[in-house]
Amino acid sequence: MSKTTEKRPLLEVKDLKQHFPIESGFIMKRQIGAVRAVDGISFTVNEGETLGIVGESGCGKSTTVRSIAQLYKPTSGSVIFDGIDLVNAPREQMLDARKNIQMIFQDPYASLDPRMTVRTIIAEPLEIYRTRGMLDASVTRDVIEKRVEELMERVGLNRAFKNRYPHEFSGGQRQRIGIARALALNPKIILADEPVSALDVSIQSQILNLLHDLQKELGLTYVFIAHDLAVIEYISTRVAVMYLGKIMELSRSSDLYKNPLHPYTKALLSAAPIPDPVIERKRQRIILTGDVPSPNKERFGCYFYDRCPYKMEKCKTNIPPMKRMDEHHEVACWLYE
Amino acid sequence: MTNATSPDTYKRLLEVKGLQTYFKTDAGIVKAVDGISFTLNKGETLGIVGESGSGKSVTNLSIMRLIPSPPGKIVGGEVLFEGKDILKLSEGELRHLRGNDISMIFQDPMTSLNPFLRISTQMIETIRLHQSMSRKEALAKSIEMLKLVGIPAAEERIHSYPHQFSGGMRQRVMIGMALSCEAKILIADEPTTALDVTIQAQILELIQELSKKLDTAVILITHDLGVVAGMCDTVCVMYAGKIVEKAKTDDLYANPSHPYTYGLIQSVPRLDKAHDGKLFSIEGQPPNVIDLPPCCPFHPRCHKAMDICRTQYPPTKDLGNGHEVSCWLFIDEKEHSHE
Repeated sequence: MSKTTEKRPLLEVKDLKQHFPIESGFIMKRQIGAVRAVDGISFTVNEGETLGIVGESGCGKSTTVRSIAQLYKPTSGSVIFDGIDLVNAPREQMLDARKNIQMIFQDPYASLDPRMTVRTIIAEPLEIYRTRGMLDASVTRDVIEKRVEELMERVGLNRAFKNRYPHEFSGGQRQRIGIARALALNPKIILADEPVSALDVSIQSQILNLLHDLQKELGLTYVFIAHDLAVIEYISTRVAVMYLGKIMELSRSSDLYKNPLHPYTKALLSAAPIPDPVIERKRQRIILTGDVPSPNKERFGCYFYDRCPYKMEKCKTNIPPMKRMDEHHEVACWLYE
Repeated sequence: MTNATSPDTYKRLLEVKGLQTYFKTDAGIVKAVDGISFTLNKGETLGIVGESGSGKSVTNLSIMRLIPSPPGKIVGGEVLFEGKDILKLSEGELRHLRGNDISMIFQDPMTSLNPFLRISTQMIETIRLHQSMSRKEALAKSIEMLKLVGIPAAEERIHSYPHQFSGGMRQRVMIGMALSCEAKILIADEPTTALDVTIQAQILELIQELSKKLDTAVILITHDLGVVAGMCDTVCVMYAGKIVEKAKTDDLYANPSHPYTYGLIQSVPRLDKAHDGKLFSIEGQPPNVIDLPPCCPFHPRCHKAMDICRTQYPPTKDLGNGHEVSCWLFIDEKEHSHE
């Protein structure tokens, strides 16, 4: 699909930082600090693969994808999509590139406007880009109408429902509407922010299968966020483990589960329950003590220092760099120096 | 666990028989819980699994008689706690029962603590309501409970407000509060759903450890089959207000008999197993429980559905060793015509 013969990553994130200012004062506002939601992360996503991002709440996984989609203006760093640096590109060019980047959100109740019909919701991205004059002239009302019906069928919704409102659908069906909307512009990459965590188990597997099929058929690339490790393992080609705005470990999904290196990854994996009582009883859990610390202060040592069972003197004052262990496995920990 | 020889150990602590809780809505009658029965023995951990709307929370609110009425009403059945029917108790007796004998922890630790009051105030109030203690004694007891659930520097932290605690810490406070009156039954309604995996592991371990230490029976409501596998002795699977399968945990996971249970276990992606291609999935949507016809509510999604499933609700069949299932697949012709 790519025009160049050399395989290049579709998306490249370099040293991305996203800090949110904390302000104080009523009239004379002054910045007294910053929430370091994403604090210098780098990764690449190749065409056709799925990069899973996993981590606990507050680790910056949602902020990461929102910064990629340019919903926030990153504090520093670059997001290169298809050769264009979205952070510094002129607005026109950024908007044009962003046609190819779409999002699916977590909460299927909050992410659909209750006063819009399914038709209007799914057609909205097309309508917006049509008014901007960024779509082909051949895209008329009728074409959009047909496209909406086609998309509804594709995600498993009856096209007869197109004039209904979101409240008439169940959670799983709403998530299908959200997926259809994300597909409307024929994007290259879909950023899925916890698309299944609000759904029931039986519906969750339907949606995962749908996303899996769509990727195969349309050659989509996903950045997929979840806090459920089993879901991430199922859907991802490669996985990035995040903690406090930093990537701790990045590896091929199969390797990560067989051979986790970072102490945090190990703890995370051992905490995830497995639906089998025989295995559960025999398992040795690594229980981390304490909670995730506040992301407000600048850190000069390892971000995981406070909760790490293997912490050393060195970890307190030196931030471990990403170290490449083999072709696909990187880890940021002083244990592997 | 220590007095395993005493005959009391296996005493039935709680018996629910044919409980029915209906809600009257404009659209019709919602049979949120429709004739369920189970027993809870002393020191046992019972899991209730099901998807949203299956009636698992309503079951437990019914046990505590906390159903808002109207629109809800317990229309039938018995809930026997140590032989007494809870459904027939007066308000005064109920107040004594709640907290003292049966206490509850909820899903969201933020909304179940009062944000305006210090943790100490809330804990002291709870304890003094149920036990005759002075403020001082109650404070000491509260601190002891917070230490038990693993809150560091409990003497100082007890005077904090809920917002000064993290989600996991708040859930610890809730557990401490729930266990402060030495209740015999702890009902935990999705206690870890709002928490992260590493914190979930801490909280589950805490519940397990304390229930052993204090010999408390636990009813754990959850949608997470992994949590059930690690925590429970017995599991009830609910679907559309009915218990469709009930078994010892090991038995249930090894031989899931109801097609719904089987599908549920199969459709969870697993960390410990290699996968290729697609996940198993139960097609269709959960049923609308308003004015449900008297058929098996699972039949539109069931890949083994037969004619009879569309017209009659299956009776419960005992497969031995306490494994019960409500499915026509296990009822042979003879038994059926006999009824």
